Amino acid sequence: MSGEDFDFLLALLLNGASIGMMYALIALGFVLVYKATDAINFAQGEFVMMAGLIAAAILGIEGAPLIAAIVAAVAIMIGFGFALERVVLRPLLGRPVVAVIMATIGLAAVLRGLTPVVFGGETRALPLPIGDEPITLGPMSLAPIQVLGMVVTLAFFLGFNWFFKKSRMGVAMRAVADNQQVAQAMGINVQRYFALAWAMAGIVSAAGGIVWGSMLGVDVHLALVGLKVFPVVILGGLDSIGGALVGGLIIGIVESLVAGYVDPYVGGGTKDFVPYVLMILVLMVKPYGIFGKRRIERV
Amino acid sequence: MLTINNIEVVYDKVILVLKGVSIDVREGTITTLLGANGAGKTTTLKAISGVLRSERGEVTKGAIQLGDRRIDGMAAHDVTRLGLVQVFEGRRVFEQLTCEENLVAGGHVQRDGALVKQGIELVYSYFPRLKERRHQQSGYLSGGEQQMLAIGRALMSNPKVVLLDEPSLGLAPMLVEEIFGIVQRLVKREKLSVLLVEQNATLALEIAEHGYVMENGRIVLEGTAAQLRENSDIKEFYLGLNEGGARKSYRDTKHYKRRKRWLS
Repeated sequence: MSGEDFDFLLALLLNGASIGMMYALIALGFVLVYKATDAINFAQGEFVMMAGLIAAAILGIEGAPLIAAIVAAVAIMIGFGFALERVVLRPLLGRPVVAVIMATIGLAAVLRGLTPVVFGGETRALPLPIGDEPITLGPMSLAPIQVLGMVVTLAFFLGFNWFFKKSRMGVAMRAVADNQQVAQAMGINVQRYFALAWAMAGIVSAAGGIVWGSMLGVDVHLALVGLKVFPVVILGGLDSIGGALVGGLIIGIVESLVAGYVDPYVGGGTKDFVPYVLMILVLMVKPYGIFGKRRIERV
Repeated sequence: MLTINNIEVVYDKVILVLKGVSIDVREGTITTLLGANGAGKTTTLKAISGVLRSERGEVTKGAIQLGDRRIDGMAAHDVTRLGLVQVFEGRRVFEQLTCEENLVAGGHVQRDGALVKQGIELVYSYFPRLKERRHQQSGYLSGGEQQMLAIGRALMSNPKVVLLDEPSLGLAPMLVEEIFGIVQRLVKREKLSVLLVEQNATLALEIAEHGYVMENGRIVLEGTAAQLRENSDIKEFYLGLNEGGARKSYRDTKHYKRRKRWLS
């Protein structure tokens, strides 16, 4: 392998890893909800889109500082998470899981349909004050937004890891995920923790929406990044926070590699479906994902 | 301490499961609730602890009092806050959590983190085996250890009343004895009141002060443990003894079933 080829490979790997970590950020929101409430949130991408649109809309107001846009996006998404749990999901408590899934699919459609009405159909820019000069590291270079995305993702992962392992609230949340009835009997207010999980997904989505929106521009199509969540979480395990990170990295790197090596021969587009091929393969050999919890069977 | 007064429980708004059950659990004692499968023992416990509602059941008549507070109709997590906790049948530990995390989750109602630490140490002093296993995932503990963990986890909420549902289920006789011994000590030292549901009537009547027998959603017999042990129906149907007190042999089994006196 010549030096130039090697540099190309390195560049693809780094680029893939950074995109992968940004996928992981979005997947994190999905995992949080699944872990605590067993609900599969098909509206995760729409959450991200909504957060991005809110932030961009506030930035669009003359003289509004960036920090205000970020705070507002986070606050509105938290409120949205709480409201969603209260209004849509609580009445479905005790119903089959499918009911909740259908509700989130419906919610996704509603959000996609309503946002152009509220925010207008044009693509908005979400500029962050970090410049466009690529940061170079030897032969590799990354856009500043990608570096920011990696940092934000890492910060969230470390934060949530601490929360679930060390804080009493985090342990209680895992107890709820494990067995709702027993958690209730231990004095844990299960509904409050459900709401908290949705609110946490809201926070993560706000971060994801701002980072992704700043990179791609914000319009309804931002919701499409949510689709990448599924190969990521299936690969990592639906309920594993570390799995979301690893799954995201793998999907990001694979995408980047096929885009670099295969696309030139077939004319492009492979990176849009290869993650799903990978997802199907993983489902065949490791249905719980790499880090998904295994049901413990006693014999 | 805990008074259940003539309660009725209805599932799904139509199925009447408990038809007027009254139980009295006195402070600092073990009261046992005996009965065959499907008699309604577990439903009674769930009605008391309030988890019935998550199974679409409801207390439609009567009252449940803890001390002088009425607790029927309260949410399960509020009942626990008031000092009543249920240990479920079949252990039901949080399998994905470690031993110690189970205890932390059990101490959720304590506001002060220091009290949780104290509680954990107290539990370890009663169940030293749990301390050895503290960082192991609880789903992989043995059945006996899981039962200890389930009881220890319940203690973490610093309860006054504990509802114990079949703690002997699926455990070796030696372990059962160990666990029952610890329960007795807990009752004595921590001033607990226990309502114990058991299939193993011999054992239950040994450690209980008072007992109730349930059948078909009704209490059919009650008395002190000593009275129940001497009752000829209890002897025959629950303890497997004949009138004289000797073990019954299958050879003497009659072809017709003797009528239970309380059915008259």
